[in-house]
Amino acid sequence: MNKIYSRIESIVGNVIAVKAQDVAYGELAQVKTRYGMSLAETIRLDKEMVFLQVFAGGRGISTGDEVRFLGHPMQVSFSDNLLGRIFDGAGEPRDGGPMLSDNLITIAGPSVNPYKRIVPREMIRTGIPMIDVFNTLVKSQKLPIFSVSGEPYNQLLARIAMQAEVDLIVLGGMGLKYDDYLFFRDSLEQGGALSKTIMFVHTAADPIVECLMVPDISLAVAERFALKGKNVLVLLTDMTNFADALKEIAITQEQVPSNRGYPGDLYSQLAARYEKAVDFSDAGSITILAVTTMPGDDVTHPVPDNTGYITEGQFYLHGGHIEPFGSLSRLKQMVNGKTREDHRSIMDAMIKLYAAYRDTLEKKSMGFQMSVWDRKLLKYGELFEQRMMDLSVNIPLEKALDQCWETLAECFEPRETGLRSDLIQKFWVGRK
Amino acid sequence: MTEGIVTAVNGNMVSVETDGNVTMNEVAYIETGTRSLKSEIIRIRGNSVQVQVYEITKGIKVGNKVRFTNELLSVELGPGLLGQIYDGLQNPLPEIAEKVGYFLEPGLYLKALSRETRWHFTPLAKVGDTLQRGMAIGWVPELHFRHIIMVPFDLYGEWKLADILPEGDYTIDENVAHVVDAKGNTKPIKMWFSWPVKRAVDCYSERLKPSEPLVTKTRIIDTFFPVAKGGTYCIPGPFGAGKTVLQQVTSRNAEVDIVLIAACGERAGEVVETLKEFPEIIDPKTGRSLMERTVIICNTSSMPVAAREASVYTAVTIAEYYRQMGLDVLLLADSTSRWAQAMREMSGRLEEIPGEEAFPAYLESVIAAFYERAGIVQLYNGQKGSVTIGGTVSPAGGNFEEPVTQATLKVVGAFHGLSRERSDARKYPAIHPLDSWSKYEGIMPQRAVQYAHSFLERGAEVGAMMKVVGEEGTSLEDYVVYLKSEFLDAVYLQQNSFDPVDAAVPPDRQKHMFSLVLKILASQVKYKDKEDAREFFYDLRQTMLDLNGTPEDSEMYDSLYAKVEQALADRNPEFENRGLKAISALE
Ligand SMILES: Nc1ncnc2c1ncn2[C@@H]1O[C@H](COP(=O)(O)OP(=O)(O)OP(=O)(O)O)[C@@H](O)[C@H]1O
Ligand SMILES: [Mg+2]
Repeated sequence: MNKIYSRIESIVGNVIAVKAQDVAYGELAQVKTRYGMSLAETIRLDKEMVFLQVFAGGRGISTGDEVRFLGHPMQVSFSDNLLGRIFDGAGEPRDGGPMLSDNLITIAGPSVNPYKRIVPREMIRTGIPMIDVFNTLVKSQKLPIFSVSGEPYNQLLARIAMQAEVDLIVLGGMGLKYDDYLFFRDSLEQGGALSKTIMFVHTAADPIVECLMVPDISLAVAERFALKGKNVLVLLTDMTNFADALKEIAITQEQVPSNRGYPGDLYSQLAARYEKAVDFSDAGSITILAVTTMPGDDVTHPVPDNTGYITEGQFYLHGGHIEPFGSLSRLKQMVNGKTREDHRSIMDAMIKLYAAYRDTLEKKSMGFQMSVWDRKLLKYGELFEQRMMDLSVNIPLEKALDQCWETLAECFEPRETGLRSDLIQKFWVGRK
Repeated sequence: MTEGIVTAVNGNMVSVETDGNVTMNEVAYIETGTRSLKSEIIRIRGNSVQVQVYEITKGIKVGNKVRFTNELLSVELGPGLLGQIYDGLQNPLPEIAEKVGYFLEPGLYLKALSRETRWHFTPLAKVGDTLQRGMAIGWVPELHFRHIIMVPFDLYGEWKLADILPEGDYTIDENVAHVVDAKGNTKPIKMWFSWPVKRAVDCYSERLKPSEPLVTKTRIIDTFFPVAKGGTYCIPGPFGAGKTVLQQVTSRNAEVDIVLIAACGERAGEVVETLKEFPEIIDPKTGRSLMERTVIICNTSSMPVAAREASVYTAVTIAEYYRQMGLDVLLLADSTSRWAQAMREMSGRLEEIPGEEAFPAYLESVIAAFYERAGIVQLYNGQKGSVTIGGTVSPAGGNFEEPVTQATLKVVGAFHGLSRERSDARKYPAIHPLDSWSKYEGIMPQRAVQYAHSFLERGAEVGAMMKVVGEEGTSLEDYVVYLKSEFLDAVYLQQNSFDPVDAAVPPDRQKHMFSLVLKILASQVKYKDKEDAREFFYDLRQTMLDLNGTPEDSEMYDSLYAKVEQALADRNPEFENRGLKAISALE
């Protein structure tokens, strides 16, 4: 074990090759260069040649540098000592605290047996009406925020994290700007959530290979806590950087790209991570909220496109608010039947009317005449945006539902809303 | 037994050096010391063999021993398949869970069929009978089915029944009979046998033309874009457009004997929904739980990629097996794109010359060969059995001009294209009525369907024009066409999958409703103005929607139906000639 090799045969991009024996696929090694030590992972075996992906990158590696195989795949320490700590993509401390090496666990383990999964059943409250009322977040859901740079997606992520009633938060940062990293750290601290948070942060300045490790490390830790009964919220930002890292590495490996340079297994790579979201029948759960920035605001770009095919809906953050159209929580129907009896109906009615408002807006912009009905819709649309869509609104679900009824009463006659008569009897404002 | 040594590992492709004889698509096990990992030969070049591994390859080393089995990737066929949930390689997932808990374990393979269960066997063949592969020798009750015990599909040639056990309870491993050929070779017959998944089962006397409609109870499908028993169809659509929900609804309501669900590279959560719901839902036809007519093959997106391909073949082989008993089987595969992607990954590792979007050049022929396994056949005993295949396609960017959608469209008999526009507008099922097509005959006469469809086409034209010139600039006549197409869309094409009544509409009710809709489409009424017309159709729509949610054997149904007819009669309509012909075609 732990044989040392001191002859590197080739260096291409971040991948080095050494002649070595008895090395397992996926095994980890340490590469010692004049700039320090880096981990490297075995990504290909070909006869006596072992190809390793060096976490710190290929730059500055000399053919005479030492490679020492560790006899195990990538691991991370798992214990309560992780709480409140900040690490980088290789699992090394980023906060000046001690290196942890007790109770090592392997990352990227096998998937949960589908037979052992249960149907999601619990809502996660966020205080954001566009989520709670219209696209309810559900425990064990995997959901990305589709957005573009410049939008406050990290703020939204931090806010949900702080407001959600979860036992533990794991933040995986990929290609994070240093400022954003500080923002997360400070807001979690101010919100008093830092002590129940673990951060694995790869910043834009760090080596690209480490970016690839972040989701696996974060999810491996989350999985262990979930098995111990904790409800864990995993935040991943920005998954597009993760996909771009995959792309970069695939291209230097001369793999045939499938779509706009991305490797053919992009779907499987993303799915392997997102599918870690789970609700264990007699233990805890993992919920995944991720950020996916869309290059060129194009939802058909391979990264958001493949993501949409994997996740259970998406929040579409655009113009500073969560868009009612394009946003979808595919699991909402599993929980919104048991929140309050008017929830489902009012959600549908409000959205249909808002869609009608958008049509009216279009008609108006084209100079067509505005009818009485159009004018009602215009008033409604404005109130809807103010009370429901504005991200600064922070109210519990029940309050938000009440506000829906108030808004309807201010704008419409009951029969214009398409709501069932029994609900109108019970909830219409000023009617009881 | 041939053995070999691992020489290279690249992702889930492993190269093996061997000097023994090997067979293409033969199963091999890689011995890592702690585990034996299942794999399949996908290329042979001299002494170098490439295998795709059905597991995560982490831990494999150059020099590991490889055991070749001399058997192709096969499934076990026999009583006990119904109600099961298997992974892509036919491992029973509930038993794996029982053994190792929450997580799947690489290298753990369990028998697909129980060797302990005793089945009540009744002989059908007599000693001295001449038998061929696929012919019945007896039967056992499997849930509410008469499960035929057949001569194994690989016993080629003519055989005579030498002996057979009397009626009684036996396990599947017992020899229930022996057959002997002209040369005196004797073979034992058990109640199970295996069959290689990539070979189509061909024990029948004739393949027939799919002509009988397969009723899905979804109006837009049965009426406008029908599927035939033994036919094929595909459902392409962008993410979130409703492919999976449509298949779930079909798996529940379709009028077939057995449903195979192949969850191929999609979300595990969706399978769980089916798993938990089906045992609770009673099939009105049999009075038994839906699970009893269902087999789930589940290789979801985070399970090993290579087994995705296997999963669709595993599913179709089991489907063919039940077809051999004279049953109608429906195979629903979600999503075939994930299987095509698995092929693409492997092709890349083999460094084959890539085709469009890096898919391999043989993509088309592989897809074609898969759908070819659908069909309605006449069995040796004169009975008919069918396998119908419906596959979803997940095109990149929702754009149908991509290799998998295009290759699929070339071979299927019906195309149910889902549109983002319709799903965004919550018009479910989001099958686009102008883009979709079917080559099969359905439950309605062509003439009636075409008449109704013409309104959708004209309505779309008017709608597009209206976007430019506004309502003001549209003639009343055009506007009415537009309203009629919207009406048809709202009350007939759209269907609420979550409403207990509306979710499944049997053919008789479809016909009853369709004739009413046709009458309204054919009606020519003098409207005062557009407002008048809109209100008229708005009221009709409201009543029709109520009607859609009302059970047909109720007074309410009759009275709502009469209300619509009356509302129309009150307007003293005349009827378009073409429309009258369409209505009479229906009667
Ligand atoms: N018939 C329907 N009635 C009501 N809602 C529907 C219907 N079909 C789809 N939906 C809604 O759309 C969501 C997405 O549907 P579905 O999961 O079937 O999409 P999909 O096409 O399979 O997407 P993907 O390709 O990502 O798997 C559902 O969760 C549901 O909210
Ligand atoms: Mg789906």
